[in-house]
Amino acid sequence: MTQYLLSVLHDETVTPPAEVTERMYAQVGTFNEEVKAAGSWVFAGGLHPSSTATVVRAVDGEVVTTDGPYAEAKEVIGGFWIIEAADLDAALAWARKGTLACGAPVEVRPFQD
Amino acid sequence: MTAADLERVYRGERGRCVATLVRLLGDIDLAEEAVQEAFAVAAATWPERGVPPNPGGWITTTARNRAVDRLRREATRGDRHRQALLLHAPDEPEEVGPVRDDRLRLVFTCCHPALAQPAQVALTLRLLCGLTTPEIARAFLVPEATVAQRIVRAKKKIAAARIPYRVPGDAELPERLPPVLAAVYLTFTEGYTATTGDDLLRPDLCAEALRLGRLLADLMPDEPEVLGLLALMLLTQARAGARVADGGTPVLLPEQDRSRWDRSLVAEGQALVRACLRRGAPGPYQVQAAIAAVHSDAPSGAETDWQQVLDLYDLLARMAPTPVVALNRAVAVLHVEGPQAALEVLDGLPLERLHLFHATRADVLARLGRDRDARAAYDRALALATNGAEQRFLRGRRAALGNGTEGTT
Repeated sequence: MTQYLLSVLHDETVTPPAEVTERMYAQVGTFNEEVKAAGSWVFAGGLHPSSTATVVRAVDGEVVTTDGPYAEAKEVIGGFWIIEAADLDAALAWARKGTLACGAPVEVRPFQD
Repeated sequence: MTAADLERVYRGERGRCVATLVRLLGDIDLAEEAVQEAFAVAAATWPERGVPPNPGGWITTTARNRAVDRLRREATRGDRHRQALLLHAPDEPEEVGPVRDDRLRLVFTCCHPALAQPAQVALTLRLLCGLTTPEIARAFLVPEATVAQRIVRAKKKIAAARIPYRVPGDAELPERLPPVLAAVYLTFTEGYTATTGDDLLRPDLCAEALRLGRLLADLMPDEPEVLGLLALMLLTQARAGARVADGGTPVLLPEQDRSRWDRSLVAEGQALVRACLRRGAPGPYQVQAAIAAVHSDAPSGAETDWQQVLDLYDLLARMAPTPVVALNRAVAVLHVEGPQAALEVLDGLPLERLHLFHATRADVLARLGRDRDARAAYDRALALATNGAEQRFLRGRRAALGNGTEGTT
């Protein structure tokens, strides 16, 4: 089994109407239950907007803290799942259900062994 | 045994051997290295001992034994490979499993939708056809380093992301088969109309695509689109001899000397079209093959049943409503309804960047007597065409225009 990171690429420039957001939460809740029931669940979470991010980095041994995010982008990681799957096809099958549930693109990346 | 014998075994068996070794070793690089080593052993020993009765089986067994030896020596290669090998102990009998399925597994791995199309094509040609990186680079006229990088990246992704090594189930097939067929057809079309260079045709690429097409038809005889693709390639390849005039200039289909068409390829392609259409599950490749079959039925360009061609393009446009299909359909409209109707189809197609769009438009405009507009369209086509033979063709067409001045734009 390999663990995969399924990150949700959230478009922060768009604020959907409340009922859309509510429906999305409900769909994601159902999806989460399905992942758990299948034994594929490792961890998942939703993130606050990227404007709440802080970047810490070492420059020549000195640590500098700056107001984030690290890179300005239209789409940022809005949340993620970590799942366990036999192979990429199984991971992509979860990603397909995930993107339908949350209504945003989902990027699939394998964890190193 | 001669070098040609070994070359023939290499061409014929390498893909099969690599496919089986990938299954046994669970690692593409290891499999390729082992098969390469086995062919080196063959080159050293066969001249004296003769070619074994089952050369492919010999290569596979030798490659597996070499891989086992190597893994014993290099314990650091990781446990996964060792476990895989323990499951298939090296001294088990000669039988190497369902080899046909191994090649099918491999083609689905190479053409997995998670890989970019250039990587799918390069991997397929490398692993299944045994083409080297320099050969692939030459065929597509891209730098060797680019091809090498595509292959390395794709192999790394296959290993790290665990792209599976299996034939997809029936439920997945509608999504998984199209990229496989597209990779084969892209190889063929690049061979039939090279994007760049001075020659229009690259016969080696067409031959590899046909080989793959035949292999797929052999492995998936119940998939109508697989048969449709093979038929389409056969019927197109049949015209290759008439497609280029002396001096390397392309000859358009209606003007080709049909006595130079390969009748046996035509017959084979037509039989396949009939066989797959009988299944009643038409798809884009089958319809394109049917269009090619209509052309191949006509004794001369003038006797082409353009109405049937147009009907088939209407069907194709419903299945695959792309601008390129619309462009090809416009040619049928030209012959059935005339140049004005064709121009109306062409105008508004979002194909500004495609030289064939401007070349087709130029031809239609010339038929309408709008020579000045036609010349401008040929100029635009010439500016976009990157193949030397096509450029010569377009310059010839432009030079043949009168000096008409009734153009409006």
